[in-house]
Amino acid sequence: MDFGTFNGLYTLFLIIIFVGLILWAYSKKQKKSFEEMGNSILEDDLDSTQYESTSSEHTGAKK
Amino acid sequence: MTTATNIQPDYNMKVVRQFTLTTILWGIVGMSVGVLIAAQLVWPALNFDTPWLTYSRLRPLHTNAVIFAFGTSALMATSFYVVQRTCQTRLFGGPLASIVFWGWQLVILSAAISLPLGYTTSKEYAELEWPIDLLITVIWVLYATVFFGTMAIRKTSHIYVANWFFGAFILTVAVLHIVNSMAIPVSMSSMKSYSVYAGAVDAMVQWWYGHNAVGFLLTAGFLGMMYYFVPKQANRPVYSYRLSIIHFWALIAVYIWAGPHHLHYTALPDWAQSLGMVMSLILFAPSWGGMINGIMTLSGAWHKLRTDPILRFLVVSLSFYGMSTFEGPMMAIKTVNALSHYTDWTIGHVHSGALGWVAMVSIGSIYHLVPRLFGQQGMYSTALVNLHFWLATVGTVLYIVAMWISGVMQGLMWRAVNADGTLTYTFVESLEKSYPFYALRFLGGVIFLTGMFVMAYNTFKTVTAEEGSIKPQELA
Repeated sequence: MDFGTFNGLYTLFLIIIFVGLILWAYSKKQKKSFEEMGNSILEDDLDSTQYESTSSEHTGAKK
Repeated sequence: MTTATNIQPDYNMKVVRQFTLTTILWGIVGMSVGVLIAAQLVWPALNFDTPWLTYSRLRPLHTNAVIFAFGTSALMATSFYVVQRTCQTRLFGGPLASIVFWGWQLVILSAAISLPLGYTTSKEYAELEWPIDLLITVIWVLYATVFFGTMAIRKTSHIYVANWFFGAFILTVAVLHIVNSMAIPVSMSSMKSYSVYAGAVDAMVQWWYGHNAVGFLLTAGFLGMMYYFVPKQANRPVYSYRLSIIHFWALIAVYIWAGPHHLHYTALPDWAQSLGMVMSLILFAPSWGGMINGIMTLSGAWHKLRTDPILRFLVVSLSFYGMSTFEGPMMAIKTVNALSHYTDWTIGHVHSGALGWVAMVSIGSIYHLVPRLFGQQGMYSTALVNLHFWLATVGTVLYIVAMWISGVMQGLMWRAVNADGTLTYTFVESLEKSYPFYALRFLGGVIFLTGMFVMAYNTFKTVTAEEGSIKPQELA
């Protein structure tokens, strides 16, 4: 196999991997777990600093 | 454990506090040197005929200070904070984190002494001589050990996307630094060394390093910041976690190829230049994918920008990121580069990224961090944060507009030829025309630096206030 053919096949291989990655990331099966991952950083309630604007958002009340 | 009273007690927040405060300190030092050399370009007498105050020695001091002292301290502070919070575990390696902090300060001090003394490898952003390079390698390996060790002992099942970006930055910078710094000292007792590479290969290795320092240190690392602090500050999850996965792999796969665009129309083979140009153009897609992901995190919560200047910092930083990642691929096109290269346009482009993106996203993240690290519910004064936001924005805009105009003007003057083929303008004529823009640039820098002093004052008042005494504030 000459250098050019190898490069072509390698590029094709990378494209397949990349398309596979997109299909995997956007598959229905993964949707829920990715949403959980996205939310995970907001769930730890150890933060002492909750801004008032966010804590009063749902009630509309100014504390 | 007494290091953290307001946050889960077994986190190592001491090292995060140290890096957070030194970020502000080195930001002021690095930007002050920048303002001084900007002034020297307007008033050359400001070097006072002193060798260690000359532009040629202070310019690498400025770039090293803002990239490796200010920027990297911000990255170390935020990566150590984020990896602990998202992995729900204390930093790995006990005293190693402290060694990383003091070791990195030693690197910064060695740079601050050796560069003005004139020791330089003359490789841009890699000027430090071989003994300091060895020290950097040791500290960086320890940094990687602490970071990846913490990920290995995580209590969560997944690795949050911010850590992927921080991890890519740490790993790639290690590889870049070691490969580009390969040099042979003149003797073991001499600071002087010669690179193992020569000619066009040396140039290519240097800009493979240089552009990936931009791509991984100044981009991937700060995108790690974005993926944690923008959602946290907006109190909303990132716009699309799935997009962040595509963003990550596309960005790191493409960035590594873009270096040759620094060497258009040089001795580098033509095919390598064209490859660099095409890869730089492709890079536009993942860059904007990431920017959109960050900005759209605010979708449905835009009103928060009215009351929260910290969020303003983060969102405007993303706007500057979008702007400079559009400008970058454009400047990588050979014919555009023929006009822009070696002119002030490049300096304007760099600072739209450095001031607008890197500094602003760091400043926003640090305003988010300081109250949390020092047991307060907000910064001492939100009005001062807002003042800083406007100083930073106005300073950046003045700077980059001045450099755009003078850059395009220089490019046009240098290429202008008379009918008989001779140059229309001498170099000195273009320099004379640049003076007003150098003055404007100096003014922009002074305004940006003033904002950093406001930040230092605000942070000082927050840190020294009685714990828990500062209540959350909103802008009126």
